[in-house]
Amino acid sequence: MKPKHQRFVLAGLALLAIFGASALALSALRDEAAFFYAPADIVGHLPDPNRSVRLGGMVKQGSVERQGDGVTIRFVVTDGKASVPVRFTGVTPDLFREGSGVVAEGHFRADGGFTADTLLAKHDERYMPPQMAGKMHKTESLKP
Amino acid sequence: MIAEAGLAILWLAASLALLQCALAITGIRFNRDDIMAAVRPVAVVQGVLTLFAMAALIALFARSDMSVLLVAENSHSMKPLLYKIAGAWGNHEGSMLLWVTILGISGAAIAIFEWRLDRRTVIATLGAQGLIALGFFAFLLLSSNPFARIWPPPADGRGLNPLLQDPGLAFHPPTLYFGYVGLSVAFSFAVGALVTREVGPAFARAMRPWILGAWLFLTLGITAGSYWAYYELGWGGWWFWDPVENASLMPWLAATALLHSVNVLATRDGLRAWTIMLAVVAFSMSMIGTFLVRSGILTSVHSFAVDPARGSFLLVLLAIYIGGALALFAARIGTVRQGNTFDPVSREAGLVLNNLLLSVILGIVLIGTLYPLVAQAMGVQLSVGKPFFDKTVGPVALLLMIALAAGPMLRWRRDDARLLMRRMALPAGAALATLTALLFLTAGAGALPLTGLALAAGLALASVAPLWGRNLRRMPLFTWGMVIAHLGVAVAVTGMASEAAFTRERLVALRLGQSVDVGPYRVAFTGVKPQVGKNWSAIGGVLTARRGGGTAVLNPQRRYFSDPVTTTNESAILTAFDGQLYTVLGERNADGRWQLRLWWKPLVTLIWLGGGMIALGGLLSLIGRVTREWRTERRRRRVAAGMI
Repeated sequence: MKPKHQRFVLAGLALLAIFGASALALSALRDEAAFFYAPADIVGHLPDPNRSVRLGGMVKQGSVERQGDGVTIRFVVTDGKASVPVRFTGVTPDLFREGSGVVAEGHFRADGGFTADTLLAKHDERYMPPQMAGKMHKTESLKP
Repeated sequence: MIAEAGLAILWLAASLALLQCALAITGIRFNRDDIMAAVRPVAVVQGVLTLFAMAALIALFARSDMSVLLVAENSHSMKPLLYKIAGAWGNHEGSMLLWVTILGISGAAIAIFEWRLDRRTVIATLGAQGLIALGFFAFLLLSSNPFARIWPPPADGRGLNPLLQDPGLAFHPPTLYFGYVGLSVAFSFAVGALVTREVGPAFARAMRPWILGAWLFLTLGITAGSYWAYYELGWGGWWFWDPVENASLMPWLAATALLHSVNVLATRDGLRAWTIMLAVVAFSMSMIGTFLVRSGILTSVHSFAVDPARGSFLLVLLAIYIGGALALFAARIGTVRQGNTFDPVSREAGLVLNNLLLSVILGIVLIGTLYPLVAQAMGVQLSVGKPFFDKTVGPVALLLMIALAAGPMLRWRRDDARLLMRRMALPAGAALATLTALLFLTAGAGALPLTGLALAAGLALASVAPLWGRNLRRMPLFTWGMVIAHLGVAVAVTGMASEAAFTRERLVALRLGQSVDVGPYRVAFTGVKPQVGKNWSAIGGVLTARRGGGTAVLNPQRRYFSDPVTTTNESAILTAFDGQLYTVLGERNADGRWQLRLWWKPLVTLIWLGGGMIALGGLLSLIGRVTREWRTERRRRRVAAGMI
């Protein structure tokens, strides 16, 4: 093979790798990207229970109750317009408290509730997930 | 005074970077030896000046000079000295100053030590270095001045995030920055070689130590960062596919590909355009990494809100450098002579396969990392996490392991496919035997981790094959490096797969005196006790872990920091020969029970041991290459002197 031909073959392979990676990534993204919802977003159309998604909002005052096993909690996430009951088994993050912002990762159940695998709480005064900041701005009723 | 002096030095260094760039361009353009001769000294002085500026900032932090805005915002007089000093680069402005400091020192090092390569190429390289430095100086001086004063000075600083008060983290960012900057040096060499069209083995040999060094630091940084996240965050995971982690993984993937292709260029004078392109890609990835971490576009466990205007500045820099490099590549590569060819079955072809698979992984990680940002710009909010990366990167990584096993068994230029099959028979057999045994012995584990374990067994065997039948004492150091690094991959994958397949987790609420079983341990909750540190107080749980006849006490804590007010979980980890027991203390419930989260993670330590082995391999290769070059150079000079 002439050097010039080999260069073309290599360039072709490199392009193929790029296209292959993009095709693989984009097809997997269709199934695996976790969308972010606020409680008001899901009124009337519940996301597929098999998909992992994120739910963000405020922990409703007085809604946190601990179950008998000592490690499962139930609470209500609200964005002022709608609310979703959430169940979570695990050690809650340090800044998780009633009236504070939270992002729950997990999936919706057929009954409209949400099972969280992970909870992310507002980290400190200067930090807020941009997803939450965006959703929060829409709901004026949440201003303290 | 120190702050003003630091700022003045920074301006001076910036103007020298401009001078360095201008001298290199005019010198090469008009072919003037006297102008080119001035470039090296300028680069050295610029390096020394950036070092002084960094020293000034460290001094301000060490003295807790609260009249400097950066110190007041990120430090506290009560903090231990180590964290005061680390605070100098534990923030946006300081870390960018560290960036230009390392860049300046690298430029000085090239100016002092690089005498083998064609002179014009070295000068063009230094010119490119000056140009990169200039962009970062502009960024520092115009939008992130680390030496800005505050009036009136506050009584004390606002502290540093307690999560970041950890010796591992104090040295984690600088390690990654060494890696990023090392890749920028490789990029400058590529630009230099494109300018003079001298893309050949000499250029590859000059660039190689920088790539090896950058790759070594990135490997160390990623390994240490992973362990930090593992024990500090208390989530039991060792890799979260967090965008900030990906920001360090992407340059590493590109550097790994570059490291292998530069060997082809140095040894066989093949893959010329390919290697140049990879150098551009690797630098682009380190720029994207810096951009992702420093622009404040992301929120993650590591990044904190910063001014978005800086993001645009970095984005413009990124576009200029990458766009400029690609334009230069497109304009020049047609006139660079093609390198030597090779057969479809050869060491070169194996390395091309390695490069292609690494590029595919890199592309996937890049898309997965940037997709949420693009979607957000279009008004859709989503996140991309572990399920996506496991599904896409996992299978490609397994293919890469097969290529990795076969690569070192191939001969340069031309080899026989049937002979390769014969050489691969033993590792393939070992992999199959492992897979069969695992399928019989374990139930319910995923296909990906089990295949990973099987391939790791085969790879471990294949990676020591180059030692077979050779005189070990006469084997060059860089061959040892390759063997140890490849074996390290097998070791790390074993740890990852074992952790993924066999981890046991318990989440319980216990009263004092109760106990729980996890993996091979019975863990008893025997007490709680208050503890006090320099700037925190804590509640510590006392756990007694029993296994067979032996017992050990673990002490996971909940720490309360006063300034700023924060609570953190300090996990307690018990390391055994075959894995780790990982414990986290949660809250105390109203009924008096304490929440405990326990994991048994078999062979998890192999992940970081493997990472360490990969880095060690890189170090041995670096030493081996540099000493050999040095010896050849000395011999060449002696011969030259003898001839006169």
